[in-house]
Amino acid sequence: MTAIIDYGVGNLFSLQCSFGAIGEDVVVTSDEAVIRNADRVILPGVGAFSDAAKKLRDTGLDNVVKAVADSGKPIMGICLGMQLLFEKSYEFGTWEGLGLIKGDVRPIADVIPANLKIPQIGWNALQFKKDSPLFKYIKDGDFVYFVHSYYAANCADAVIADCNYGAPLTAAVQKGNVFGCQFHPEKSGKIGLAILRAFCEPEVAS
Amino acid sequence: MITKRIIPCLDVRNGRVVKGVNFEGLADVSSPVALAKFYSDCGADELVFYDITASAEGRSLFADILTETAKQVFIPLTVGGGINTVADFDRVLKCGADKVSVNSGAIRNPALIEEAAKLYGSQCVVLSADVKRVDGVFRVFAKGGRENTGMEAIEWIRAGVERGAGEIVLNSIDTDGVKGGFDLEMLEAVCNVVSVPVIASGGAGKIDDFITLFQTLPKVDAGLAASIFHFGEVSIADLKTAMKDHRIPVRL
Repeated sequence: MTAIIDYGVGNLFSLQCSFGAIGEDVVVTSDEAVIRNADRVILPGVGAFSDAAKKLRDTGLDNVVKAVADSGKPIMGICLGMQLLFEKSYEFGTWEGLGLIKGDVRPIADVIPANLKIPQIGWNALQFKKDSPLFKYIKDGDFVYFVHSYYAANCADAVIADCNYGAPLTAAVQKGNVFGCQFHPEKSGKIGLAILRAFCEPEVAS
Repeated sequence: MITKRIIPCLDVRNGRVVKGVNFEGLADVSSPVALAKFYSDCGADELVFYDITASAEGRSLFADILTETAKQVFIPLTVGGGINTVADFDRVLKCGADKVSVNSGAIRNPALIEEAAKLYGSQCVVLSADVKRVDGVFRVFAKGGRENTGMEAIEWIRAGVERGAGEIVLNSIDTDGVKGGFDLEMLEAVCNVVSVPVIASGGAGKIDDFITLFQTLPKVDAGLAASIFHFGEVSIADLKTAMKDHRIPVRL
């Protein structure tokens, strides 16, 4: 059973359906016990970092996420959910994240050429940086769907893939059992589903 | 590098795709779900569902097929047609839409763009504009291109982005249906004033029209078309191969 954490941020319908499409049991929940008992956990998120971080704290689910990460159970942050895994974000201010992965979240405007559009919207190729069980069914250069204006910086140790948007931007991270995807696997066609399928396999937990 | 997107558009009335569709191997050619799946498998980068229903029953059928599509198709889904309030945004987002396109609803009430962008984020709000030259000036048309609003189009679109629109679909009424190529002049005028993605619509008749579009106007992010894909005049797979041959960044 996979638990998708519902903390009032964004629409989780597609994400839920994508697990159905790969034949995985899934539940969308804000119930602490359900999350703790799940085999693996997804931390989704869209919108502003500060709002999402506040909602996670207000619901007390920040501590649940940390406990799941400490327990060694696989956990994956998606899009803003990935950004929340880091120590802090500089999106309209300075905000504290969960600190599960070393690094911070910065505007892509800091590093990309001025003629490129912000946000990065569309399909871009993954460039593998490290081996990861997440990539079991996909290959270097496969395309995934991005929508973002901020990126994870100062986290080279954890980057397992980046994408080139005039500069290398963090696309996926892993620190032990803690995973993150800046792109949307649930909107990345067969490649995205293959990433979710790999996340559900036993070797991710080992 | 980010790729140029190819987007088929499906007009849906009372839960069925309108305009004849003719594909071998596709049993139910007017099922939006089957067609969406087919396009996704062929390499479409995104889909637009346009609800041309007027009745309440049609609206609810549309919600059903949208939900069913979102359950089976895992590429970005944009919904347009009949979007007049944030409640309309909510209605289609709950069924699995990723983006919502506004047109006449934003003309009647431009604040809709701001409200929706605040609630759902700019990435969710697509401003679609039907534009036609009148005495040498680009004018915005409402009600499916039937009514001249008198508004100057480039300024309308620029202001729409300022209000929070995260993408623009520019449909040229002048080239729509003519199949002589996209309206490069109109597209360039829009690209010059906005920094969000611009999706070209209206005029594509063959593969070369897309090649010309992306080579002439590298600032255009995507090409949208309906009947040429539905009638099989252009196959998405062939189109994308041709784009690659012309060194246009594309997802294969």
